[in-house]
Amino acid sequence: MFDLTGRKALVTGATGGLGGAIARGLHAAGATVALSGTRAESLEALAAELGERAAVVPANLADTASVEGLVPAAEAAIGPLDILVNNAGITRDNLFMRMKDEEWDSVIAVNLTAAFRLSRAAVKGMMRRRYGRIIGIGSVVGTTGNPGQGNYAAAKAGLVGLTKALAGEVASRGITVNCIAPGFIASPMTDALNEKQREGILTRVPAGRLGEGAEVAAACLYLASAEAGYVTGHTLHVNGGMAMI
Amino acid sequence: MSDIAERVKKIVVEHLGVEPEKVVEGANFIDDLGADSLDTVELVMAFEEEFNVEIPDDAAETIQTVGDAVKFLEKNSAA
Repeated sequence: MFDLTGRKALVTGATGGLGGAIARGLHAAGATVALSGTRAESLEALAAELGERAAVVPANLADTASVEGLVPAAEAAIGPLDILVNNAGITRDNLFMRMKDEEWDSVIAVNLTAAFRLSRAAVKGMMRRRYGRIIGIGSVVGTTGNPGQGNYAAAKAGLVGLTKALAGEVASRGITVNCIAPGFIASPMTDALNEKQREGILTRVPAGRLGEGAEVAAACLYLASAEAGYVTGHTLHVNGGMAMI
Repeated sequence: MSDIAERVKKIVVEHLGVEPEKVVEGANFIDDLGADSLDTVELVMAFEEEFNVEIPDDAAETIQTVGDAVKFLEKNSAA
């Protein structure tokens, strides 16, 4: 099930824990993956680990020209895209009253505007080919909000709106557009938490543990599959029950 | 009918699945030929491909009839 043999996928933010897990998951299912991110060295290391069917396309999604060039670069490297995973994201947390314009703008630019531009670039070819899978990696905080993350929550909620609008436009062309909203996923960031902070988080998670990157990747694999062709405009929550929505 | 007009007509017939005789110069893609707004975007993409020309968004918005497309392409395509 969920065979992606012959499919071409671009994953942004592939150097991150989640992006790496997603790229590995799609690749293991047979897809050819274009790995994007800001750190070329980490991308190269991931590509080397994956072996065949992996290409590196570095990009800085805070930079407009770099965003515009990414889909063409990925298609030059691996061929016409069937799957786009808008995973790249940054945080610039601050209390709302202290939040700088720059903190707001940079988070919106990378987490939302880049997703818009990349989707716009990729969907054209998908329309022509009558097949496509666009997947945005949102966050539970896009639905629930989170103190200190006004910018991030707004960007992630924006991604959900973008997803639904685009899904409605292109559904008749065999293209699905969906979101995944992870909750607390084990990462270098959560590894840095002390025991008390960790327990505090887990009291909010009925599953009683952090999620694994591979569990988000599995959700992504499903939405990227041909089998999920009738699922569109959806946000799939992968959060151990911390928000049942 | 010019060569360009013939090729435009062929694309429109194929893409919208309409009778060739309905694809006349004054036919509006949306009002007369049953296209939706996404179809018009796809028609423009198909014209770009067929005539190897780039149709900027502001020009694309002015292409609403078969005649509009033919006129634009006669002026702008080298093929």
